[in-house]
Amino acid sequence: MIPAISVRDLTVAYDEKPVLWDVDLDIPEGTLSAIVGPNGAGKSTLIKAILGLVPIAAGSIRVFGEPYRTAHERVGYVPQRGSVDWDFPTDALDVVTMGLYGRLGWFGRPGRQERRIALECLDKVGMRDYARRQIGQLSGGQQQRVFLARALAQDAALTFMDEPFAGVDATTEQTIIDTLKALRDAGKTVVVVHHDLDTVPRYFDFVALLNVRLIAAGPTEAVFVPDNLQRAYGGKIAFLHR
Amino acid sequence: MNLIHDLIFDYTLRNVALGSAILGVVSGVLGCFAVLRRQGLMGDALSHAALPGVCLAYMATHSKSPVVLMIGAALAGLIGMAIILLVERRTRIDPGSALGIVLTVFFGFGVVLLTVIQKGNDANQAGLDKFLFGQAAALVSDQVTTMAIVGGAALFVVGLLYKEFKLLAFDTGFAGVLGFRPHFLGGLLTGLLVAAIVIGLNTVGVILMSAMLVAPACAARQWTNRLSAMIGISALVGALAGLSGAIISVLQERVPTGPAIVLLLGAIVAISLLFGSAEGWVWDWIRRRRNRLALPEPSR
Repeated sequence: MIPAISVRDLTVAYDEKPVLWDVDLDIPEGTLSAIVGPNGAGKSTLIKAILGLVPIAAGSIRVFGEPYRTAHERVGYVPQRGSVDWDFPTDALDVVTMGLYGRLGWFGRPGRQERRIALECLDKVGMRDYARRQIGQLSGGQQQRVFLARALAQDAALTFMDEPFAGVDATTEQTIIDTLKALRDAGKTVVVVHHDLDTVPRYFDFVALLNVRLIAAGPTEAVFVPDNLQRAYGGKIAFLHR
Repeated sequence: MNLIHDLIFDYTLRNVALGSAILGVVSGVLGCFAVLRRQGLMGDALSHAALPGVCLAYMATHSKSPVVLMIGAALAGLIGMAIILLVERRTRIDPGSALGIVLTVFFGFGVVLLTVIQKGNDANQAGLDKFLFGQAAALVSDQVTTMAIVGGAALFVVGLLYKEFKLLAFDTGFAGVLGFRPHFLGGLLTGLLVAAIVIGLNTVGVILMSAMLVAPACAARQWTNRLSAMIGISALVGALAGLSGAIISVLQERVPTGPAIVLLLGAIVAISLLFGSAEGWVWDWIRRRRNRLALPEPSR
């Protein structure tokens, strides 16, 4: 079976400093996967490289066996919440509708159909009542749920999320993980850049441990073990309790 | 009443009114995207960069035809833009400094060229110095027609790619992931910005042109939380300030147009910041005060 993502010998450098070094990684289809590692490990860079958002120095990347350029219609993306300007003059419904822009293509205009889909997606994350709220007036957790709804609107076979749980409330965290598990159960692949080691075994069935190089990747129970974590984090996680 | 009569039947005043209104609408619309993409200063750099283009175009052709001078201005603006992008991407100089360097060097070069032209024995050159602060009274119908065509084309492109430009301005990375080409779209928007600047050179001048781009957008943002409405209000503010400033400058002969428009814009921005219904300070203050009074006393 072709993996959802296949990365070979990937090296990425910013200003000649390598951020990712010789990474080989296959993420199987239908998994809820985490990319885990310390700060500066290159986790976000890895998904940005897969999405073609940062130039790569060497290596090759395949998404469903194709280069990203031809596979992009099957890929969804939720960037870090801090990466956009939440003062932008737009409301929650409009942001979710942006998830449908790819399907509309160049010049296509969103209409009633798109509005209906966007409202449904807002409903799925419990944000329907906030559809017309200016996005800057939402809390951090609500903003993250709007971004999740936008990814749902994309209806992608493979979805990337960059730190979706950073700085959100408990309700939002539960909504997000329930939604992601539902996507996985529907046969989709979800890849999450994740920070909180405590929740990894409960949330994810596949883990890639990263620290510039790939430390280990595979099913959570096989990979998420003290020995590997020690190698990824050095001595910094002596008190990891499982 | 007399003024309205003149606006319709007086040749000068009609050109001035039409030209400055067109300019106001076009720069009001494109300014919204520049401001939302945090590129407000880009307009300043590009308009200053246009001055040497105007001078070189004149020196090469000895013609003051609006099309020739606009092409010169546009080319210089685009070269300026390319240099800014090059410095930003290929060196460690930050974008603000890159803009500063290009703006001053191009403008300095333009002033040198202007002086050379004026020192020469060339009676035809009279009026080129009006490009510094603008002189709407000198607008002729040829220029207004050119402005309408260039501006209309720019607005047409914005209408066509509204969805794409909105996405680019809000979330560039997401636009890339969806398969829209952010570099292409960003370059195109900057190109349109150059077009808006070029049509404003006669009227407002290179030094103050950037206010035409930034001020209407900033004022409009205070009144609405929707992009489409913001663009509409911004176009209206631009047209209103452009029109009134130009008329003031024509009626009071010694006031250059650019400064007159910029002062009006400044007043509109100040009023909007204070009283704007979406973000204005006064409503914000009243809302907060009301909320504070409405807070229930904590029960024990």
